[in-house]
Amino acid sequence: MPVMTMLEAIRHTLHEEMARDERVMVLGQDVATLGGVFRATEGLRDRFGAERVVDMPLAEAAIVGASLGLAWSGMVPVAEIQFLGFTQQAFHQVAGQLARIRARTGGDRGCAATIRAPFGGGVRAPELHSDSLEAQFAQCPGLKIVAPASAADARGLLASAIRDPDPVLYLEPLRGYRAVKDEVPEGDHTVPLGQAREVRHGDDCVIIAWSAMVHTCLRAAAEVEAATGASVGVLDLRSLVPLDVESIVAAAVRTGRVVVAQEAPPTAGFASEVVTVVQENAFYSLEAPVARVSGFDTPYPPGMLEEHWVPDSHRVAAAVRRTLEARA
Amino acid sequence: MADARPAATPVSADAENAPALGELLAEMTRARHWSTRLFNLQRQGRIGTTAPIDGEEAAVVGSAAAMDPAVDWAVPQYREPVGLGRFGEAVLRHTILYHSGHPDAGRYPAGVHVFPTQISIAAQIPHAVGLAWGMRLRRQPGVVLCYFGDGASSEGDFYEAANLAGVVRAPVILFCINNGWAISTPVRGQTAADSFAGKAAAAGIAGERVDGNDVVAVLEATAAARRRAAAGEGPTLIEAVTYRMGPHTTADDPTRYVPPDELELWRARDPIARLRRRLEEEGGWDDARQRALEEDADRRFDAALAAADATPLRTDCFIDSAYAQPTPELERQRRILGDAEAR
Repeated sequence: MPVMTMLEAIRHTLHEEMARDERVMVLGQDVATLGGVFRATEGLRDRFGAERVVDMPLAEAAIVGASLGLAWSGMVPVAEIQFLGFTQQAFHQVAGQLARIRARTGGDRGCAATIRAPFGGGVRAPELHSDSLEAQFAQCPGLKIVAPASAADARGLLASAIRDPDPVLYLEPLRGYRAVKDEVPEGDHTVPLGQAREVRHGDDCVIIAWSAMVHTCLRAAAEVEAATGASVGVLDLRSLVPLDVESIVAAAVRTGRVVVAQEAPPTAGFASEVVTVVQENAFYSLEAPVARVSGFDTPYPPGMLEEHWVPDSHRVAAAVRRTLEARA
Repeated sequence: MADARPAATPVSADAENAPALGELLAEMTRARHWSTRLFNLQRQGRIGTTAPIDGEEAAVVGSAAAMDPAVDWAVPQYREPVGLGRFGEAVLRHTILYHSGHPDAGRYPAGVHVFPTQISIAAQIPHAVGLAWGMRLRRQPGVVLCYFGDGASSEGDFYEAANLAGVVRAPVILFCINNGWAISTPVRGQTAADSFAGKAAAAGIAGERVDGNDVVAVLEATAAARRRAAAGEGPTLIEAVTYRMGPHTTADDPTRYVPPDELELWRARDPIARLRRRLEEEGGWDDARQRALEEDADRRFDAALAAADATPLRTDCFIDSAYAQPTPELERQRRILGDAEAR
């Protein structure tokens, strides 16, 4: 199997999907001539032409809103928003329109559009480029949300998202674009939406995370295991909506100790949803309170502060150790 | 049959299949009649909020008349559907379903090319542009007619979508119904621009202002815009200048803000009375025809109302209509709903 960075896996998948289905088109700012500000769409315009790979005017609501109309015409739009923070300028189209159109038609007609957007900190980007807004979108019924942490999953989940009959928000980890490299299956590789992945097996505690935080949590698990001998697992949700409740509950029941880690601010973040799922379904198996590791209830800070703001492996490890030491 | 001649005369060279004047009057009369029936149903407590069309019939019916319902699409806001009978008999039934709060309202039968009613002001305009653009990419014939109001032209979605339409030369007609009011805000509070049609200049697209109470003028302007769009010559922004003669919705009290003399001025320009006078003068219309038309409109409404009332309602259908397949979590929630209703 070839080894790819996440960015290469995304680009490879866009090429594959456009070759597979002539209705698939890519639209966004700077996606055609430049090949995307991160080069995720490099080569697509030359290979598939300017009708199917389109540099859009600088207007997020039009990119997302037009995708709904394009989908109704029978095209399969894959829209890129340069940074998730800028989806705020299209939020009314995502939440109020794409996510609701199937319900608005009594289930008859959906919107098979994919919205790709990088998110998360760690690259010293200007304001609004690093925000983790996934919980805002999790409150948009009708929308699916995936957030891969590996190149293989980037490939499989993007293929599934593009083929899905409903709108999918596909979140790409900014700091994982080139830093994360792994083996990507050849051929037609898809990963079903709504299935978590056990990245590291552990019997004493499980850390639940998604996207770039999965790698932080893997380092934390190794740190704790080296220091204490405890067996610490990591569960990568991969998909926030639909959520793999079964795998979350199974891991909680098996270990009795759960830490949920996210990059977003703590209040009403998606981690809180995961904690609730554990509490509702595995309460009597818990041996310690479920711990939550997050950013802070502040706007994402300027670059010089970001390593203090984004949870690092030590903060996650400290939460794991407290959870291991707790006695119910 | 001399008295039928004016009613059968084609009204526009651009619209080969445009209805004759008599049919336009019929469609406009039905639109107002049905809007009034809906208003009365709301007052009887049988349905929810509605937005009366009174005054805007020429703008809606005239523009729809320029379209080919077999290949074209209408993307309404919310006041227009009673005037979109040209796009299919089903539109009235679905309009009743909408105001009844029935979840099947937006489930138009295949072949009815109407977008479901969309409430968030201007948010449908990017959809219309995307649809038109996609139809061209798919090499499908057809033009998209998108309705919105004067107030909507202040929204970002309008500017973003009009701009995009110009860039991709989408075969779309952006049809702005300037009815003088956005609820209680008059046009002078909406923009300092001389006209809404003038906003086309910013998008680099054609813009045209038309007397929205003159159904023939509306039809001709829309037909010309449709011909240009279909020929790949790009989109047009049409501003139809008209007046909202009724309340914003059944929940509104326009006596708090509409100047009575202004309303009287516009009542004197009532688009239905105006067309009827013209047809009567030309000998193509009389009271008997009008009565027959209104009776027919009533019969059609009664039939649509009966069909709407008979539309089955499954109380857990919202679980099934959010996604193509309910998520496992939604299936769990269906059981919660079932347990609650079993009590």
